Amino acid sequence: MALGSIKNLHREREAFLARALFGTFFCLALTGILIARLFDLQVLQSAYFQSRANDNRMRVMPVAPVRGLIYDRHGALLAQNKPAFMLEVVPEQVKEMDALLERLSSVVQLTEQDIARFKDRVRKTPRYRPVPLRNNLTMEELARYELDRYDFRGVDVSAGLTRNYPLGASGAHIIGYVGGISEKELSEAPENTYEGLSLVGKTGVEKSHEDTLRGKSGAKIIEANAYGRPLRELDYRRGYPGRNLYLSIDSKVQLVAEQALGELDGAVVAIDPRSGEVLALVSKPGFDPHLFIEGIDTKTYKALSSDPKRPLFNRALQGTYPPGSTVKPAMAMAGLEYGVVTPEDGVYCRGEMTLPGSSRKYRCHKRTGHGFQDMVGGVMRSCDIYFYELAIKLGIDRMHDSMTRLGLGHKTEVDLPLENAGLFPSREWKLRRRKEQWYPGETLSIGIGQGYTLTTPLQLAQMTARIAMRGKGFKPHVVYATQDAITREVTRVPPEPLEAIELKDNHNWQRVIDAMVDVAHAPGGTATRIGRDSPYRIAAKTGTAQVAAMRQDEKKARSLESTPLHLRDHALFVAFAPAEDPKIAVAVIAEHAGHGGAVAAPIGRQVMDMYLLGEVRYNPGAPAPATSVAPAAAGGHVHSEDLED
Amino acid sequence: MITEVISRVRRGGPDKPEPGMADLLESWHIDMWLLLLLAAVAGAGMFVIYSASGHSIPAVVNQAERFLLGLFVMAVVAQAPPEFYRMLAPWLYGLTLLLLLLVDVIGDHAMGAQRWLDLGFIRFQPSELMKLAMPMTLAAFLHHRRLPPRPLTLLGALVILGVPTVLIMIQPDLGTSMLVIAAGGFTLFFAGLQWRWILGALAAVGAAAPILWERLHDYQRKRILTLLDPESDPLGAGYHITQSKIAIGSGGLFGKGWLEGTQAKLDFLPEAHTDFIFAVFAEELGMISVLVLLAVYLCIVGRCLWIAVRAQDSFQRLLAGALGMTFFIYVFINIGMVIGLLPVVGVPLPLFSFGGTSMVSLLAGFGMLMSIHTHRKLLAN
Repeated sequence: MALGSIKNLHREREAFLARALFGTFFCLALTGILIARLFDLQVLQSAYFQSRANDNRMRVMPVAPVRGLIYDRHGALLAQNKPAFMLEVVPEQVKEMDALLERLSSVVQLTEQDIARFKDRVRKTPRYRPVPLRNNLTMEELARYELDRYDFRGVDVSAGLTRNYPLGASGAHIIGYVGGISEKELSEAPENTYEGLSLVGKTGVEKSHEDTLRGKSGAKIIEANAYGRPLRELDYRRGYPGRNLYLSIDSKVQLVAEQALGELDGAVVAIDPRSGEVLALVSKPGFDPHLFIEGIDTKTYKALSSDPKRPLFNRALQGTYPPGSTVKPAMAMAGLEYGVVTPEDGVYCRGEMTLPGSSRKYRCHKRTGHGFQDMVGGVMRSCDIYFYELAIKLGIDRMHDSMTRLGLGHKTEVDLPLENAGLFPSREWKLRRRKEQWYPGETLSIGIGQGYTLTTPLQLAQMTARIAMRGKGFKPHVVYATQDAITREVTRVPPEPLEAIELKDNHNWQRVIDAMVDVAHAPGGTATRIGRDSPYRIAAKTGTAQVAAMRQDEKKARSLESTPLHLRDHALFVAFAPAEDPKIAVAVIAEHAGHGGAVAAPIGRQVMDMYLLGEVRYNPGAPAPATSVAPAAAGGHVHSEDLED
Repeated sequence: MITEVISRVRRGGPDKPEPGMADLLESWHIDMWLLLLLAAVAGAGMFVIYSASGHSIPAVVNQAERFLLGLFVMAVVAQAPPEFYRMLAPWLYGLTLLLLLLVDVIGDHAMGAQRWLDLGFIRFQPSELMKLAMPMTLAAFLHHRRLPPRPLTLLGALVILGVPTVLIMIQPDLGTSMLVIAAGGFTLFFAGLQWRWILGALAAVGAAAPILWERLHDYQRKRILTLLDPESDPLGAGYHITQSKIAIGSGGLFGKGWLEGTQAKLDFLPEAHTDFIFAVFAEELGMISVLVLLAVYLCIVGRCLWIAVRAQDSFQRLLAGALGMTFFIYVFINIGMVIGLLPVVGVPLPLFSFGGTSMVSLLAGFGMLMSIHTHRKLLAN
């Protein structure tokens, strides 16, 4: 106790007591700090943290709406949804994409094409969105994947629907196809439009009626754990399936049009003139729309898009062609309407003509000349000289006015994407675009549907329909009705009337129509080969549009066989039937196929047969005699000329 | 008021030994109040462990076994008189120091730090033992010396405190070394260390902070930085704190209900049944229950200080006081870190968190407190 002797036990105890009290206050003070903080978290900020906790655990899982089906006017299925198991990858969640693909390929079959296409799409898709890697997994692949699924972070199998087109290439240009949503499409659509969806209409009806077909996304609110694994469903927000579309297309007519065109490139358009409903719309060559659904790889796409025949190009409404003689009935009508000719006024055709003060020769397709031709004869035999003279009398301005009224040079506003407006020239246009004044010689070319004039097959069909309806008209459209996928309630898409064309003398419609009937039915008409055995009366006009200018010094018209394919003439044909009660108007263009009457008219006839009779009765019979070859006169160059048989 | 308390303590306090159960337990050297309070905390802990471990019965059984083992150790420890522990202190200190040296040389690695010692039959952290050995040794060292300590005594105490602290720090285990410093510091504090020394030491620590900062490991620094702005790195180091705050805050006043805490159940909250168990408790049972738990902890500390005040010699007083305050510091550091006031250091919520050697060593400490309390009475009688 040596040290203890100097300890003051009593004082130590007193000192300790003070320290113990201080310790107590110290503890209480620290506890107070904890409570203050807890009060802040659990009372003052409680609502905020509750929402944070909910954000943590709740995931909104979009439920993709079922895309509307597409039928033809009789209910034949044109586009449907097919269940498919798709392997998807969310690029954001993948650290080593190549290593992942390598490992995945041991579980599911991945072709080089799959991987190329996938990588292509990864670049075009926001990183947080799933990108399809393989579509249509087999059950075996599915089972193998499920076994190892925890090795594949960022990979998921989605049971979804993919698009299927039962007719394949047939009608691909109208129906179009769907494909992966691009970043651009996503950013342009209102937010949440494509929640849960991976496909969007890219062309055709699939694109133009995307909003109708798509439907509304629903959502499941699910509870997920920290690893994103869904545990249970908390709430459900109903979506709504897209509406089904009934197209005005008649698949049988469409098929006949396609078959009739055969191996030729070109387009066929058939319209019901009484409503503007498009009955058939064919563009050849076609393509398989299924190539695009799974996302086409760059190589295949390049091959398709650089194909000189341009299979992706919808000739029926994107393709612009010189209309050739198919404009002649309308020209004749303009002549009557403006009073520059009477039906009886005639022209003597010697096979060629010149303008005063010029040595340049303007030739008729019939080098020996048609002799005296009045309006009916001009149309029926497609006499170029008659229409040169008419064009001179009308002048470019009046031709422009009346052709524009019939729809040339501007879009028909059909409910399909990428329509081309074509061109019907005017003085003003030439001055603006070419910085040149209008030359009288050009008026002549315009008079026979050559020169600057460019039309789409759809415009020609529409023009014919308006003549058939004596000036009345409807906006062409391909969607005939829509249907609620749940209530099955069908809503007609009403025909949209256009402002009627009023003539000073409405008899002029009949005069022109009569001339068109003669084209098919009167001896000497350019389309008699299809009129001969027709059970109904056809009002028609053939056309042969020159692709390459014929040199002034060419002595002979070139024979079809001796001309390189790409320089051969386009064959055209427009018609409506029955002539006295029009139910169908068609326009046919067969590229580089020669003469309209020989090639295009039979195609048009078959289409009309199918629609009006329910079967093709046309019998080509004996081929028409070869076109007489007329000696050509020498002279300056003619850049456009019509050749008719 | 203070003088009143002091006079009451002099008289022996108002709480005359209760008859019955308390007396019976006391004759077995068990303090009934401490036992009840400890059991209350551990029992509540087991309920929350069940919830936080994803309804794991084995985890609860495991915890219960550990608690019972701890109680057994506590009861055994309580049997020996305080004098025994005063004699034992230097030996225990020396042994622990030796073990710490061993750990630094041959210890197991866990989470990048060398803390564990595998003795073949048991794997434990010697630093845990130091939390007990430190207040015991310092109290024994100061027992015969004049208090408040003179500079020379203080120097000796600082050596006793400093050597193991440094050994633990280089493991590195910043959390435990702080707790060892706290244990030693409170012993000195109760020994009546002059305020000028205390304030001076705090000022020195403040001044040394930048130097200490330089010597911290990256992950230690990150924890401190993260504390200041947890949302700056919500997926990295700040994740713990952020998720823990969400859990606590979303619990509100009344909680989401037992087993209904989404943060823990859905694995958003890491280490939910160990270091971050308080967040689960707060999420599921709310602030009201949190206040009750804090009150129970305060009662335990209060009982410890009461035992200290009534202890009969310096060693007992200092040891009891230091053990009580250290216990409170554990609680404060754990909750402070879970609610985002302190950096994330690996300190479990005492008696509540799942697992750890801390349960047994803590209860061993309470065993010594009971020894101090019950032997005093026997002596007095």
